[in-house]
Amino acid sequence: MKHPADWMIGKNVNNEVVVTSRIRLARNLRDLSFPGWAKKAERVAAMDKMRPKVEALKVMKNGFSHELSELEPLQKQVLVERHLISREQAARGQGSAAVVDRGQRLSLMINEEDHLRMQSIRAGLRLREAHQLLSKVDSALEKDLEFAYDDELGYLTACPTNLGTGMRASAMLHLPALVLTEQIGQVLQAVNKIGLAVRGLFGEGTESLGHLFQISNQATLGESEEVIISRLERVIAQIETHETNARLKMLEDEPNQLSDKIGRAYGILGYATMFDSKEAFSHISLLRMGAAMGYFPEGTMQACDSMMMEIQPAHLQLHAGAELEPEERDIIRAEILRSRLQTLTAPAINIITNDIVGGSEITGDLNFENE
Amino acid sequence: MKCELCNNKATVFYTQAVQGGQKKICLCENCADKSGLTDPGAFSMVDILMDETPEQAQPVMVAEVAEACEHCGFTLEDYRKVGRLGCSQCYTAFLGEILPMLAKMHHGIKHEGKVPSGMADSLALRKKLAAMKKDLDSAIAEENFEAAVKLRDGIKELEAQVS
Ligand SMILES: [Zn+2]
Ligand SMILES: [Zn+2]
Repeated sequence: MKHPADWMIGKNVNNEVVVTSRIRLARNLRDLSFPGWAKKAERVAAMDKMRPKVEALKVMKNGFSHELSELEPLQKQVLVERHLISREQAARGQGSAAVVDRGQRLSLMINEEDHLRMQSIRAGLRLREAHQLLSKVDSALEKDLEFAYDDELGYLTACPTNLGTGMRASAMLHLPALVLTEQIGQVLQAVNKIGLAVRGLFGEGTESLGHLFQISNQATLGESEEVIISRLERVIAQIETHETNARLKMLEDEPNQLSDKIGRAYGILGYATMFDSKEAFSHISLLRMGAAMGYFPEGTMQACDSMMMEIQPAHLQLHAGAELEPEERDIIRAEILRSRLQTLTAPAINIITNDIVGGSEITGDLNFENE
Repeated sequence: MKCELCNNKATVFYTQAVQGGQKKICLCENCADKSGLTDPGAFSMVDILMDETPEQAQPVMVAEVAEACEHCGFTLEDYRKVGRLGCSQCYTAFLGEILPMLAKMHHGIKHEGKVPSGMADSLALRKKLAAMKKDLDSAIAEENFEAAVKLRDGIKELEAQVS
């Protein structure tokens, strides 16, 4: 657990726009009180029933398994920042456990809002792969655990919003060009209209840290997993096209402004001595886009992804080996970024020529419903 | 929720005041018709079902929303406050309250996704068990004791599998 997983830094995958894909399944034990209503003894008993089965899964060999009460607040926070446990679970203690596989691709939360929340994350647009793994895990567990299930309502969950498949599929998208060209509001609206949820990664609506947005299904009942995933894939692919087109259009219409933005981001990250998260994220985001557009050598985008992970508060404190006040964090954050930037080559402003964008068609069609 | 007479889906719910509280039965439309429940003049079948002579025979058709889940004690008021439920059986207790909202938040109210294989087995087992118990009753009523003994043994075996 010392190092970030491959999916966190997009190793060997195309994740220029679709940074990660995630599937989460909610399951509960039949007739036992849901964690939010269960008394402590009941919660512990439910955990003791599930945890050995989860740990015995083949994929969990040499994995990480801890009751939340055994973890320091900082360790919990690191797990949250890596998306391996939820904020809701981090707030829990005895009777709640987290089991994570060695590759940190699969994590099972015991006694979160539901008895069992299983999730799998992959770099790039790979919802299907993530779902296949989870479904296998689910099928293995149901041999030993009787999950609450109803012919009509499907898997029964603590909150009716998760009924049916109990599945939440989501993708994290990096959309700097849509934000900079002010098309993002339109895109988010179109996505909302077809019943999908979009939110900024660390904020609400169009306010987003690092131009990162998460898109997910809202409805879980009335459609199969396949139908839900297909729709999401289709919409994500379209957003990806819009983002790519917006990048090309910026390159075509205002090449000098674009290289200026990327060059400034590089300069500021390399020399500033204090950064709050928001500012740091916005510069790294531009660097990341520049990397995807060929301004930097290969490997730069992965470096950006790992920087985004490392400058979050708990990771910073883990790095520093001490609890830090916000102002100290800003200094350490800048320190880390300065040293990281020294290993990155300066942007190659001249390599972009008109040839690259010559024949590209830019369309402004945002109507997902007709697809 | 299953009909207490035949295991079909219950759609008619009947409550009435009896000594020391309330009694409730759940029936499918068919059985409700047969038992005279939908005919306010006839209560014979209801009396048998209730096992007790009703203190005041006032049938009331109610939507199936209990005040509290008998299994876990979570109340309807709790649900209205937090929007979450206490246990899987709360869905039966508060179904009348939950169902109308489901259509708004989802793309339908009937599950179309994965069916747990273990659960499909045990659901089938439970259905089979219910059918055998019914057969046993009629075998006893017909004084066909040979068949009754066979059924009783079969039921015992199945019950061991279910639990
Ligand atoms: Zn019936
Ligand atoms: Zn309950």
